Amino acid sequence: MEGYVLGNGFAALLIGLALFGSWRVRSTPFWRERVAEIVRRRPVATFVVALYVGVALLDSVAWHDALPGETSVDARSLLDRAFPSDFRERSYSAPLAAVEFYGGQPLAHPGRHLLGTDILGRDVLHLALGGARVALLIGGLTSLIAIPLAIAFGLAAGYFGGRVDDVVFLLLSTLASMPSILLLVALIMVIGRGPVQVCLALAVTSWVSFCRVVRGETLKLRELDYVQAARALGVSELRIVWRHVLPNLSHLVVITFVLTFSQLVLSEAILSWLGVGIDGSWGQMIDQARDELARDPIIGWNLAAASTALFALILAVNRVGDAVRDVLDPRTLRDSP
Amino acid sequence: MSEVLLHVEGLVTSFPGAGGTRLPVVDRVDVAVARGEAVALVGESGCGKSMTALSILGLVPKPGRIDAGSVRMAGRELRGLPVTALRRVRGAEIAMIFQEPATSLNPVQTVGAQVVEAITLHESVARGAARRRALGLFEQVGIPDPGARFVAYPHQLSGGLKQRVMIAIALAARPPLLIADEPTTALDVTIQAQILELLRRLARETGTAILLITHDLGVVNEVADRVAVMYAGRIVEEGTRAAVLGAPRHPYTQGLLRSMPARVLPGERLAEIPGVVPAPDRWPSGCRFADRCALVMDLCRAREPARTVFGSNAAACCHAVAAEAAQ
Amino acid sequence: MLAYLLRRAAWGAATVLGVLLFLFALFFLYATPQDIARRALGEKAPPEAIQQWLVNHGYDKPAVWNPEHPLDTRLAEHVRRMLLFEFGRSDADDVPIAQRLRDGVGPSLSVTVPLFALGLPLALSLALLVAFFRETYIDRAGVVLCVLAMSVSVLVYILGGQFLLGKLLRWFPISGFDPDPSVLLRFLALPVLVGLFAHVGADVRFYRAVFLEESGRDYVRTARAKGAGDARVMARHVLPNALIPVLTNVVVEIPFLFTGSILLESFFGIPGLGSITVDAIQSNDFATLRVMVYLGALLFIAGQMLTDVAYTIVDPRVRLG
Repeated sequence: MEGYVLGNGFAALLIGLALFGSWRVRSTPFWRERVAEIVRRRPVATFVVALYVGVALLDSVAWHDALPGETSVDARSLLDRAFPSDFRERSYSAPLAAVEFYGGQPLAHPGRHLLGTDILGRDVLHLALGGARVALLIGGLTSLIAIPLAIAFGLAAGYFGGRVDDVVFLLLSTLASMPSILLLVALIMVIGRGPVQVCLALAVTSWVSFCRVVRGETLKLRELDYVQAARALGVSELRIVWRHVLPNLSHLVVITFVLTFSQLVLSEAILSWLGVGIDGSWGQMIDQARDELARDPIIGWNLAAASTALFALILAVNRVGDAVRDVLDPRTLRDSP
Repeated sequence: MSEVLLHVEGLVTSFPGAGGTRLPVVDRVDVAVARGEAVALVGESGCGKSMTALSILGLVPKPGRIDAGSVRMAGRELRGLPVTALRRVRGAEIAMIFQEPATSLNPVQTVGAQVVEAITLHESVARGAARRRALGLFEQVGIPDPGARFVAYPHQLSGGLKQRVMIAIALAARPPLLIADEPTTALDVTIQAQILELLRRLARETGTAILLITHDLGVVNEVADRVAVMYAGRIVEEGTRAAVLGAPRHPYTQGLLRSMPARVLPGERLAEIPGVVPAPDRWPSGCRFADRCALVMDLCRAREPARTVFGSNAAACCHAVAAEAAQ
Repeated sequence: MLAYLLRRAAWGAATVLGVLLFLFALFFLYATPQDIARRALGEKAPPEAIQQWLVNHGYDKPAVWNPEHPLDTRLAEHVRRMLLFEFGRSDADDVPIAQRLRDGVGPSLSVTVPLFALGLPLALSLALLVAFFRETYIDRAGVVLCVLAMSVSVLVYILGGQFLLGKLLRWFPISGFDPDPSVLLRFLALPVLVGLFAHVGADVRFYRAVFLEESGRDYVRTARAKGAGDARVMARHVLPNALIPVLTNVVVEIPFLFTGSILLESFFGIPGLGSITVDAIQSNDFATLRVMVYLGALLFIAGQMLTDVAYTIVDPRVRLG
C-alpha cells in the first residue's frame, strides 16, 4: 500500500476521532466547561495550535494526479497543491530573491520564494509548513502507543498490587534508568528508521513516567470508599476498573498528552540531528542548516524558518498545557518536575 | 466588667466571585472580647468564623481582602497598620492556634526551636534564657518529659501533644488575647476534653482572654463566658453563655440547640433545621435565614433585621424577635 | 533507616540486572551478530574474516542456553563482563573501550562541573526572587520568560550561541578543546553559557513551583501568626522544607556529570564521553553504545541511592522514621 493512502486513512481517522471527541465534550457539562475555560485563558495559544493542526491535516490528504503513463509522479497533498507543482530551484536562494545565491543565475520562479530555498532548491516555506504534519505525527502516534501502554501496566500494578506491582515496578525502573537519548538511538538502530519505528522508540522511552502516575493514582482510587463498597457488593474487578477507576484517569491522560507533546517533538529534533529522525521534520531542517551559519555571507533563512516554526508550536503547546493542567488540576502532577 | 480588649466593628472581608464581583464572606461583623474573658464564635462550616479570626490578625489569604470595618486592640486600630507594626502585634498581643496541629508545625524544625522562635521574635532574650522559658512553657501546657520532647520533631509527637506545643507557642510572648480556631476539631474525643481543660486553666492562671472559634456547642458550653452565633457571614445572636445556650432567642440558635443529638431522648426523632446554608454568591436580600425559618414573615425577605438588645447579656438579629420585644 | 537503605540497594541491584537483560535482548537477540560484523568489516568481507571477528568479539557462543556448559553462553559472558567492567574493544575501530572512557572523563567533567556549580545557585536565586514577589509583575514576567526559554530547542541555543558569540561578536572560539589551563577557559565559556541558558528556564519554573507550594502551607501561616516577617519565613521555614524536593532534582544529576552532554560536546568539539557516544552512534559501534547505556543506567541508580542518602540527612521524618 502506498504511503499516501495510509496518510489519508490516518487523517480520516483523526478527523473522525476529533468529531467524536468534540461531540462528547459538547454533551458533557464537565468537559464543556473545562474546555471553554482553557480556551478563555489561552485564546492565542489555542488558536496557534489549531492553526498547526489545520496545516498538518492539509498536508495529510494526498493523491496522485491522474496522468496517463506517468507513474513516477509523487502523490501531492493539499498543502503541496498550494504551491506550484515544479517549484524547485537548483540550490540556495535568498527570500524573495530573483537570482541564485551563489552565482547570480536567474531563478525559475523569481521573487516567489517567500522564505528562500535550501541547498536542494526546495522552497523553505513549503518545507517549514510540511514539518507541522511530522511534528503532530510524532506527538500523536507516539502518545497513541505510549498512553494505553502506560495505563494498562499502571492499572495492573496499582490495582492488583503484590507480585504484579513488583514486576511492573522493576520493568519501570529498568527502563527509566537508561539514558533516554541513548536508549532511543539504540532502539532505532535496531528496529529501523522509518517514522513508525521512531514513534515506537519514542513511546518506549516516554511511557514510564506516565505509568508511574497512573499507578499512584490507581492506588489512591482503589482505597476510596465507593470502590471498596463496590468490591464488598461483589462487583467484578473488571467492571470496577472500567467504571470507577478508568474515568477518573481521563483528566490525567489529557494533561499528560499535552505536556509531553512538546518534549516528544523536541526529542525528535535531537534524533534528527543524530541522523535517526523522521524525514521532513523541523529537526532535520535544523540539522541541515548547521554549517550554513558558518558561511560568508551567512545563510540564515533555513534555520530561522525551522526554528521559528518549531518554537511557535512548542510555546503554544506549553501555554495551552499549563492552562490544561491548571483547569483539570490533579495535585498529583504538580509534584513532578 | 473588665475593659474591652478586642473590639471588631463592621468587619467586611471579601473574596472574588464569578464575573469580577466580590463576595463578602464576613459581612459587617461585630465582636468584642474583654480582658480575661472567653468568647466563643459559633457557626457551621463556611459561615465565615475562621475568616473573621484571620482578618483580625491580617492573615487573610489572597485573593481575599478586608474591605471595611475596624479592628481595635486595647484601643489601637490594627487595620491600616504598616506590616512591621502588625508583626509586633502578632504573637505579642494577639496569638492564634489553628485547627490542624499536624500541618501547622514546621516539619524540619524541632518543636523546642519553634517555641523559642515565638519568644525571640518579640523579646531580646539570650538563647539560654529563651530555652529555659520554653521548657517552662512545655511544663505549663502539660507536656510530659519536656526535656526529651524539646528536641523532638513534630512528626514524633501525637496530635494532642502537637496541639499543646501550639498552645505553648501561642502563649510564649504572653499575649493578652488568644484566638483558638477549632483547636480540638482534629483531635480524638478524649484528647479534646484535655485540651479544653488546659485552655481553661491557662486562661485562668495567666488572665489571657480567649476568642474560641468552633462549630461544637458542647465545646462552647465548656469554655465560653460569652457566645456569638454566626450565620452566613453575619452575627445573628450574642450574649452570655447562660442566655444564648439556656434561652436562645434567634430561630437559628434555637434550631441548633434542638438538633443536638445529646439532647434527644431514645426513640425521639432527631430535629433538624430544614434546608441548607446558602452559598455566598446566593445570599438572599433580607434575612439570610428566611428560607429556613419557621417564623418567617414578609418583612424578613424585604429587609435585613437589626440588632435587638436585651439587657446587658443578649442581643439577636431577627424581625420576629424584634416584634416580640416591642410588645 | 539502615533497613530502608539496604532495601533500596537491593532494588538497585535488581534494576542493574534488568538493564543487562534488556541490553542483551536488544543487542544480541534482535540484531544478528553477522549483521554487526558485516557492518564493521564491510559488506564484501570474506566469511572467514567475519568468523574471526565474531570469535574475537565473543559473538560466536550460543545465546542463552548451552547444554554442555550452562555458564558458557553469550548471555552469561555479557553479564559477567559488564559487572566486572571488562568492556572489551570497540566494534568500529578496535580500541579498548575502557581506555577511551578514561580519556574522555576529564573533558566531560570540565564542562559539566562548572555548568552544575553555576546553574544551581543561579536557578535557585532566580526562583527565590520570583517566588518572593509572587503575584506581582515580576513573578508573571518571570514565568513567561521561563516558558519562552523552555520552548526553544537546545539545538537552536547551541547554533545561536555559536553564531552570536562565536562568529558575530568573536568573544569565544566556536568550538574546540585544549587542556592547557591558560586557554581552557576560553573554550569552555561558550558551552557552559549555552548549557546554562538551555536549562535555566525549566529549572527556575520547577524551583519556583516548589517554593510557592511550601509558602502556602499551614506552618508558614503559623510562623506569620507568630509575627515572623517575610524574609525570615522564606529563610527559616520555606527554604529548609523546599530543599527536600529540590534535592531530588539535584542530587540525581550528580552521577551524570561524568557522562557529559552529548549535544554540547559534539557541537563544541569537546572530546569527552558525550562525543564518544555520538561517534559510536554514527559508526554503528554497538559495543561502545552498549557500554554507554549500561554506564548511564549504573550512574542513574547511583544517583537514586545518593538521593536516598541525602533525604535521610535533610528530612527528619525519613531519618527518624
